[in-house]
Amino acid sequence: MGFRYLPMTESDKKAMLDSIGISSTEELFSDIPKEVRLNRELDLKKPVSEYELKKELTQLAGKNADLTAYSSFLGAGVYDHYIPSVVDHVISRQEFYTAYTPYQPEMTQGELQAMFEFQTMVSELTGMPVVNSSLYDGGTAVVEAMSLAHGQTRKSKVLISSTVHPEHRQLVQTAAKGQELEVVEIGHKDGLTDLNQLETELDENTAAVIVQYPNFFGQIEPLEDINKLIEQQKKTMFVVSSNPLSLGYLTPPSEFGADIVVGDTQVFGIPAQFGGPHCGYFATTKKNMRRVPGRFVGETVDENGERGFVLTLQTREQHIRREKATSNITSNQALNALASSAAMSALGKNGVKDMAKLNMQKARYTKQKFEELNIPVAFTGPFFNEIVVKLSKPVSVVNEHLFDKGFVGGYDLGSTYSELENHMLIATTEIRSKEEIDTFVKEVGDING
Amino acid sequence: MAKENFPLIFERSQEGRTSYNLPALDVPKVDLTEDLNDVYVRKVDAELPEVDELGLMRHYTGLSNRNYGILSGFYPLGSCTMKYNPVINEDVARLPGFSHIHPYQDTKTVQGALEVMYDLQVHLEEITGMHEISLQPAAGSQGEWTSLMMIKAFHDANGDHHRDEVIVPDSAHGTNPASASLAGYKTVEVKSNDKGLVDVEDLKRVVSDKTAALMLTNPNTLGLFETEIIEMAEIVHGVGGKLFYDGANLNAIMGYSRPGDMGFDAVHLNLHKTFTGPHGGGGPGSGPIGVSEELAPFLPKPVVREKDGVYDFDYDRPESIGMVKSYYGNFGIYLRAYTYIRTMGPKGLKNVSEYAVLNSNYLMRNLEEAYELPFTQHCKHEFVISGSKQKKKGVRTMDIAKRLMDMNIHPPTVYFPLIVEEALMIEPTETESKETLDQFIAAMLQISEETDENPDIVLEAPHKAVVGRLDETTAARKPVLRYQKEVE
Repeated sequence: MGFRYLPMTESDKKAMLDSIGISSTEELFSDIPKEVRLNRELDLKKPVSEYELKKELTQLAGKNADLTAYSSFLGAGVYDHYIPSVVDHVISRQEFYTAYTPYQPEMTQGELQAMFEFQTMVSELTGMPVVNSSLYDGGTAVVEAMSLAHGQTRKSKVLISSTVHPEHRQLVQTAAKGQELEVVEIGHKDGLTDLNQLETELDENTAAVIVQYPNFFGQIEPLEDINKLIEQQKKTMFVVSSNPLSLGYLTPPSEFGADIVVGDTQVFGIPAQFGGPHCGYFATTKKNMRRVPGRFVGETVDENGERGFVLTLQTREQHIRREKATSNITSNQALNALASSAAMSALGKNGVKDMAKLNMQKARYTKQKFEELNIPVAFTGPFFNEIVVKLSKPVSVVNEHLFDKGFVGGYDLGSTYSELENHMLIATTEIRSKEEIDTFVKEVGDING
Repeated sequence: MAKENFPLIFERSQEGRTSYNLPALDVPKVDLTEDLNDVYVRKVDAELPEVDELGLMRHYTGLSNRNYGILSGFYPLGSCTMKYNPVINEDVARLPGFSHIHPYQDTKTVQGALEVMYDLQVHLEEITGMHEISLQPAAGSQGEWTSLMMIKAFHDANGDHHRDEVIVPDSAHGTNPASASLAGYKTVEVKSNDKGLVDVEDLKRVVSDKTAALMLTNPNTLGLFETEIIEMAEIVHGVGGKLFYDGANLNAIMGYSRPGDMGFDAVHLNLHKTFTGPHGGGGPGSGPIGVSEELAPFLPKPVVREKDGVYDFDYDRPESIGMVKSYYGNFGIYLRAYTYIRTMGPKGLKNVSEYAVLNSNYLMRNLEEAYELPFTQHCKHEFVISGSKQKKKGVRTMDIAKRLMDMNIHPPTVYFPLIVEEALMIEPTETESKETLDQFIAAMLQISEETDENPDIVLEAPHKAVVGRLDETTAARKPVLRYQKEVE
């Protein structure tokens, strides 16, 4: 049986061997020492026909409870949003999805322009003038922000709020070991960063203060007050990890003195897909531009004076700077940045605001329904689209009941915050209907007792 | 082709146009400013474009027409393995049961996803000959860094805190030294010899009890197999160092040889190269790592495990270096790689390497007269020629690259590796037919002739691109990184 991805025929093979002047392909591998040659066939599953493989994988997919069949109130960093149909049609263009990084600009103007547009859109939402063409995801973007702050300030202490996504904090801890940085976690009070502790820990050795806006509990951190503290240390950088959808309605972090704004554009056109790939963004000030990780697309002109786009400021990057590079990053998430661009273009100026507000309206309705059932809502400050409720039973028990009723329940905060046992983090996005919310809250109430 | 300005989406924007359609507000409307201090309510709208749906689709279709993919034509970009990206992969990755599942769902409700991850791990263990795999790293460079962090944790656990050097060949990709720096290591360079291989004598000189690891690509970035790998492994292991395998070039040796059998302690793979996850214009990629038994306790957590047919995440790994990527890595790319491996099977994957190497040698032998070939032994999946002969006639490698565009061929990787003057790094891959290879040979020979007879046609290329050569110097000196609306 031939392989449909391999065009080699026996006669081609013979002609090519003749042309090279050898009699078999084995000669091309004769330089591999026999001690390290594999003298048996790889022990892998035998090949499967296209029809059978598709059937098998469709069955495997069917073993998963997917969010198109279940009604989901799970967020915690990954959200179930409306994805305009245009998005998948745009990213399914082979010229986009099969291409490499646009190293040859004359042949890749489409990709380069699309990334330039992405940079502009994220700049508009965050209010920051300098945006790169994407990073792996929101979590690794937080790590890169820490590295930049360390590199720029030459200081080695990093303060990160415990209201930042728990996994992002873990990534920061892992990376800090390589760069020998001291990471101090600032506790939370009433669902917000504990400003007293922040003030105590903040000192002249602090490279960065990292907070999330809205934070992991959905609460809107008082960036204005936090910035006032940070301003007392001249060099310390203010890093804000931000859900870009929320910035359709909330004041952008740039207005509160942020030096670096990072986050994930998964909310715009990227399905949850079990946590990845998503799409990190990195936005900062002009002052930090030459230390930014990843790729930039810049506008320029060709020899005839016509506008064109190129990868630029590449002297920061590993392929030129090698061990002195500001980051080791090679790939970005270009295709997902394109998906987010298409989604942001579809929403446009009004849509992004309408969608943000719709999330806030629905989440407030969910909160009100819980309050009507006397299920306590843990934090009372302003919030975006997530709330925390305190249950009388373990979250896993409640979620099993909800699953039987067709719901994917919220996130078990007790799994990462020991002080928040039996607390459920609940996301309500614009696609949850009143009926779904009503039923969901009722079912939580039924099992909670 | 007309070289004309293609508008930005912002320049197509007209107030009042829209291409979104959100669900209506079906709950009682509340005043959002009631609980929110006015200072946190955005005052100036984000200036996103306002376009209708046809306008949007024409815009992005127009952009795609100004781009070049593997279905557009030959893409022999060295070290990038630009092979055909099977379309079934895209169908599988879009099944709702895979694309619309949340990472924090109860593992009982995502058994199919975990099974794919687990079985992919098992397949990659066998292909690489490594003891255990973690799929977590987001891309190759993160896989490199993760491996070094594990090696560091291993040395630390043994009390070897003084090991602070990582050895990297002078032909290595720039990510190697950059990853070493971020893991807290100093980089020490080992030279290549006149055959393009690591100079073993120089390796003996640079190793010491400070050596934490050697980072090696095999075949190396010149497409040449490091024939003295066994001795190199002994030298590094002899001083207590570890061997890291950069899997960028695995496409050359599948089924022929395995990094685990060569003595490597840690390996990273690029699922987006060897295993057909598409490159996406720069990403997303996926960079799983494989390790020896000795390094396995340090793998990032969680790791997928199986017991009695039930799959779960193992977080209980006390010596783990921690998490390196949120959730479980780039699951969407695992699906594509898994689909590909299951399509090819053991014989198919060996054929992949066989034909990748045959195609590459065929090109090399048919170009070695017209172009300088610095290293003459058989190559593996790619090879490097030099434009030094052409340079003497005033035509640079960059000019050759631009001239290829006129023939609807994507240029090879240029000016890398750094140790070859005017380098052209060519990787045809196994999915290209002899006819395509012959067209490429003809194109390269034509350019060589043009260099002699009509160099201007090469120097002024590309003639058929949508823009002429771009001013990269000004772009870097006065960076314009976003669109600014002109004030009327």
